[in-house]
Amino acid sequence: MKQVYSRPRSLKPAHFHYCPGCGHGIIGRLIAEVIDEMDLREKAICVAPAGCGMLVYNYFDIDALESAHGRGAAVATGIKRVRPENLVFSYQGDGDLAAIGTAEGFHAANRGEPITIIFVNNGVYGMTGGQMAPTTLSEQVTTTTPSGRNTKVAGHPVRICEVFAVLDGTTYLERVAVNKPAAIVKAKKAIVKAFRTQLTGKGFSLVEILSPCPTNWKMSPIESCRWIDDVMAKQFPLGVVKDVT
Amino acid sequence: MTIKTIFSGFGGQGVLSMGFTLANAAMLEGKYVTYLPSYGVEVRGGTANCTVVVSDEEIASPVASEPEFVVAMNQPSFARFQSVLTSGGLICVNSSIVNTTSARGDIEVLAVPTSDLAEKMGTIKVANMIMLGAFLKASNIVAFDFMLNNLQEILGEGKAKMIKLNRQALEAGYTFVKE
Amino acid sequence: MSGNAALGEAAILAGCTCYFGYPITPQNELTEYMAKRVPETGGVFIQSESEIAAINMVLGASVAGARAMTSSSSPGMSLKQEGISYLAADELPAVVVDMVRGGPGMGNISPAQSDYFQATRGGGHGDYKTIVLAPGSVQELTEVVPLAFDLADEYRNPVIILGDGMLGQMMEPVSFENIKPPKKYQKDYILTGAKDRPSRMVRSLLFDTKEEEEHNWKLFRKYQRMERNEVRYETFLLDDAEMVVVAYGTGARIAKGAIKRLRQENLKVGMIRPITLWPFPAKIMKETAQNGAEFFVFEMSAGQMVEDVRLALEGKGHIHFYGRPGGVIPTPIELFRAISRHYYQSRRGKK
Repeated sequence: MKQVYSRPRSLKPAHFHYCPGCGHGIIGRLIAEVIDEMDLREKAICVAPAGCGMLVYNYFDIDALESAHGRGAAVATGIKRVRPENLVFSYQGDGDLAAIGTAEGFHAANRGEPITIIFVNNGVYGMTGGQMAPTTLSEQVTTTTPSGRNTKVAGHPVRICEVFAVLDGTTYLERVAVNKPAAIVKAKKAIVKAFRTQLTGKGFSLVEILSPCPTNWKMSPIESCRWIDDVMAKQFPLGVVKDVT
Repeated sequence: MTIKTIFSGFGGQGVLSMGFTLANAAMLEGKYVTYLPSYGVEVRGGTANCTVVVSDEEIASPVASEPEFVVAMNQPSFARFQSVLTSGGLICVNSSIVNTTSARGDIEVLAVPTSDLAEKMGTIKVANMIMLGAFLKASNIVAFDFMLNNLQEILGEGKAKMIKLNRQALEAGYTFVKE
Repeated sequence: MSGNAALGEAAILAGCTCYFGYPITPQNELTEYMAKRVPETGGVFIQSESEIAAINMVLGASVAGARAMTSSSSPGMSLKQEGISYLAADELPAVVVDMVRGGPGMGNISPAQSDYFQATRGGGHGDYKTIVLAPGSVQELTEVVPLAFDLADEYRNPVIILGDGMLGQMMEPVSFENIKPPKKYQKDYILTGAKDRPSRMVRSLLFDTKEEEEHNWKLFRKYQRMERNEVRYETFLLDDAEMVVVAYGTGARIAKGAIKRLRQENLKVGMIRPITLWPFPAKIMKETAQNGAEFFVFEMSAGQMVEDVRLALEGKGHIHFYGRPGGVIPTPIELFRAISRHYYQSRRGKK
């Protein structure tokens, strides 16, 4: 009998702790599959963030470090400069990369550090209970914007890919989603391309992944997946934002 | 014997380089030495000063409370540092631009018109070396011949091209005091 | 050579291959020295976007197995505390130089010793300690810097070198002949990729309170080992001293000048100069107090180390304090007068 599905070697036999319908589990698996398929398990070093993505190191069966909130890109810089032959990627959420760690991400990108950032954008602070994130949409209700995000006082949703695109140091930036099978296939391709960009010495790569958070969006998983297409992707258009590979 | 000297003046008058040159020379002569510059905002346009301690034994404090010598290249420095000079100490003053009258009767004032002498040599930039020459004559902290013979090494790579001019300036200061 | 340059050269000779820093006065000469020297030796130099980024780059380089260093001054050190806490929690080696300046807030750029508490009490959040070394001369930097790297590797813990602008800017003759090539340390914790071994995980998040408590006790036992083995200090004219000055770093240099004068006047004054501020040389203080000596603590702060002296004496002996905060450098003669006044007062008190 032909085996068509199994746990990637780069994942430990552990259960994901994520809420039902969360995108993190899909993204973690995609990364593990890519690492397996590109035969990178023995070269990969993951920098985990603070937030829901923090526990990825419990699932990845690769070398991993947990960084302080927002400092992933700086830590990854330190690792990559010492070990240029390794695959070094940071896994960061929207609070991590687009708020507290903007400076670290922005300047690593500007230096053209040959690292990869997997940027999970779900528009809220998940682990702390659904507060406003820098990527929260206008009018979106969160626990700290109970009557909807008022952009006049709370600012506008930050488009990280577009911001980084103007930096001469960046090489490959793409925004994808994991809300339906076709999108997931594209997301995986983007991760492959990002890792390849790094390994061929072409420079800085980032894949922004729109990811559902049904718990904090107060939606069902299915509604969440639809909401990404119907609402979120309007603010965060999918596709390649920059590619100078 | 421990000799403490404070070099002082405007930033840009070469005050720190005077002190550094003396410290380097004393080090090459085999003495214990510390060089402590004032730094930061003070060196950019304002007043600058540095303290050089030269000794036959290990130096405890690089900070001088009552220096034996002071070199003052401008008026504010003269006013400020003549008061800390030890009783019986010597203050070398750039008399071209400083009024050298002191209320203290227990110190010696050596007036050297360094700016004028420097202009005679064609460049105000060597005023500090002229003063250093005069200072060496008066203090004898480092043998003058030793300074001249090792000038290349003392001044370091950066100033290698300026050796001849610096030598002339040192000599001009030295002989001025002789007269 | 200036203290800043000597520090940089000593670090390179001690095997430091990575330096990350953000400009702040009065330690820029060190960053500039490293910008030139580190690439010459094939190492990594990055002028980071902030002190926070610099310490996290150090963390990254350290977890990748390199000897890494960063440096800053007081306001920048406050920013680095986050990273230092993580280094301690992750048990990663690193050397952090703090050229202290007058504070709080922006303060000024003059030499000060007002960050003693920040350095010796951990500084960041959580139950941790760092070894703190306080060199007193440019030559001593060449001993302290390699020692800092060795201690960091030995204990897998960040080590702080506490100086100030005076030490950094001061020039003294210096020899590097004492620095030996670095020892090889077994680094079975670093991240290199999970090749021919199970994957490794470096983290400090321990949700399980039992696990976190055990981690804390493990760290605590390590700090106890440091307290037992790593206390360093210098004594000066201590044998017959009736008054013992306690001062460190730049303060100790000035105090030494004052003590030489006091001895000329036949005042029996000596000194204990802590070289490790943590672990603090408490034992020698207590022993000295038992001989009946009084203590004169001098700091370029409003009084921080004096608390450690008080703790060390456990109620024995009498402590005098003289402090000059705000970046003021007192002269030896000022200190001479202060010490002799206290000396005579306490003598009269005894009669």
